[in-house]
Amino acid sequence: MTAVQKSFHFLRSGLWAFSATCLLAASFLVAMALVGTADAQEKTKVGFVYVGPIGDHGWTHAHDVGRRALEEEFGSGVETTFLESVPEGADAEGAIRRLANEGHDVIFTTSFGYMNPTLKVAREFPDIRFEHATGYKRSDNVSTYSIRFYEGRYIQGVIAGHMTQSNAIGYVAAFPIPEVMRGINAFLLGARSVNPEVTLHLVWVNTWFDPGKERDAAQSLIDRGADIIAQHTDSAAPLQVASENGVFAFGQASDMRAFAPRAQLSASVNSWGPYYVARVQAAKDGSWESQDTWGGLKSGMLTMAEYANMPDEVKAAARTAEQGIRDGSVAIWKGPLVDTDGTEHLAAGLELSDQALLGMAWALEGVQGAP
Amino acid sequence: MLEISWLAIALTIAAASTPLLLAAAGELVVERAGVLNLGLEGMMLMGAVIGFIVKVESGSWFVACLAAACVGALFSQAFAFFVLTLRANQVAAGLALTILGGGLAAVLGAGYVGVSLAPMPRIPVVGSELHPWLGLLEHSPLFWLGLLVVVGVQWFLFHSRAGLVLRAVGDSHDSAHALGYSVLKVRALAIAFGGAMAGLGGAYLSLVHTPLWSEGMTAGRGWIALALVVFAFWRPWRLLFGTFFFASVTILEIYAQGFSLAVPPQFFAMLPYLATIAILVFLSSAYWRGRSDAPAALGKTFAPPY
Repeated sequence: MTAVQKSFHFLRSGLWAFSATCLLAASFLVAMALVGTADAQEKTKVGFVYVGPIGDHGWTHAHDVGRRALEEEFGSGVETTFLESVPEGADAEGAIRRLANEGHDVIFTTSFGYMNPTLKVAREFPDIRFEHATGYKRSDNVSTYSIRFYEGRYIQGVIAGHMTQSNAIGYVAAFPIPEVMRGINAFLLGARSVNPEVTLHLVWVNTWFDPGKERDAAQSLIDRGADIIAQHTDSAAPLQVASENGVFAFGQASDMRAFAPRAQLSASVNSWGPYYVARVQAAKDGSWESQDTWGGLKSGMLTMAEYANMPDEVKAAARTAEQGIRDGSVAIWKGPLVDTDGTEHLAAGLELSDQALLGMAWALEGVQGAP
Repeated sequence: MLEISWLAIALTIAAASTPLLLAAAGELVVERAGVLNLGLEGMMLMGAVIGFIVKVESGSWFVACLAAACVGALFSQAFAFFVLTLRANQVAAGLALTILGGGLAAVLGAGYVGVSLAPMPRIPVVGSELHPWLGLLEHSPLFWLGLLVVVGVQWFLFHSRAGLVLRAVGDSHDSAHALGYSVLKVRALAIAFGGAMAGLGGAYLSLVHTPLWSEGMTAGRGWIALALVVFAFWRPWRLLFGTFFFASVTILEIYAQGFSLAVPPQFFAMLPYLATIAILVFLSSAYWRGRSDAPAALGKTFAPPY
């Protein structure tokens, strides 16, 4: 055996030894964890499944702020776990089941595409409370919760309607699902409430998170003459592009002002913390029941980031709209509502029901590039 | 709405093609040496995060790009150690590199989320105000570097002695070994070059295209670069064509939505992948087997016969 061969053999046996050590260490940790759970019975274990990385500075980041609010509220009374960047669909089932098997008491699944996997796992673990964000299917141990994001979009529309000079507003959209359609329509209604000339131009990127593609989409809208950019995707890239081109934009899901201090007009900020605290408290005192929550500005689940980079009268108009939505004096979805094909979805004088909002699959006349 | 200018579209296509061009040119050399490195995505993310951090801390574009390339090369040597020294499976080791790179970059960049940079300036073209089409030549330095790399790789592989040795190693490592060439050394160097280029491609994203750091910000571009190498039949010139084709289609997918075409944008989105599948089918046909430029020893582990 040559020296070289010997060194290869040494390395290989070294690798085996290393693997064996890792295995031993892992089993030791598992044993420790089991002992640990036996020690703290009253500790509520709360699990989260995230669709993106917690560093996305958008959707998932906002949920993680909510998770940290739980830890702050209950201190050693809770133990939280999260799995990030879990793909939607069939793969999610394994992630949710893993949290269930690890003995979590409450599991929050925080994306629409986790709906069926959540229900499936929930059937197998009737004692665990599941909470699914933005879905519409419930069972005895599955609640649903969401935010009326469209209220924030309406206010963004009011601001954009005042600020635009080209009357063309660009909108980077992810997927044509009701959630996104509501945002688009509410934005246009807000804009048209102050400026009937506004048209809304969509670009579909078919992804929630791809900074490069979101950037290209926003750039294409600016090239087409849009002077305000709104987005329903998760990265700060569209905001940055707006800033580079000297036009205005809105942050998504979190305050993204740091990325574009001179371009961000405002942002709808999702505030999940109060809901998470209330639900974990309910699980602790046994009052938890399956329910559907759809809160907005009024309940504090949605807040607006500081109104910036706009004249005072526009700020005042935004605050008036915000206050109006909160106290119910501003009705966003009032007829007549006519879609791009000319079909009337709501007659004059009526208001759209939550049921109709949840299934919204049409875009208002004035939206260009609707699916 | 204004008419969309073709100039703007062309510039966006050039911008979208740069990271793919850099990463794919590097991978092409790696595969020509007979190694399949599926860790592109991980190396790009490492380059992106280190480039961003170094730019924020040092303020120098040059140092940031250099650091990204060095980190890409260094990180790729972890892969080289496993597949060359320990003779591990290349597919498994490459996937591990992608996963490790994504995670490590997230940890390193955690403190830099939410920091924003001004994008790297383009190289100005003298006289671009005289005629708008001269504006076509205004690109980021990394775009020009990408083109240079492709030209350099073409020259290296087909017009230099060292390139001939590298191709020999990739086609038949046993013969190259018998002739006295160090297969492992050649492959380690090729992997380092591939890592450096992937690092630069990642840095392009975090410094030029979207000057921010966000986990997973490459969003699958490493995998596209990998497909491009196959698409190009392992030829640098075709790689250039393939990259612009891929980038054009993705950009047209976005811009076409403004033309109100009857074609759904999803059609454009799937076009590059359909083309890649068609080429893979074509390559595996009886006629092409043995005639294509695919390195014969691609993905095979080399065990020196002592």
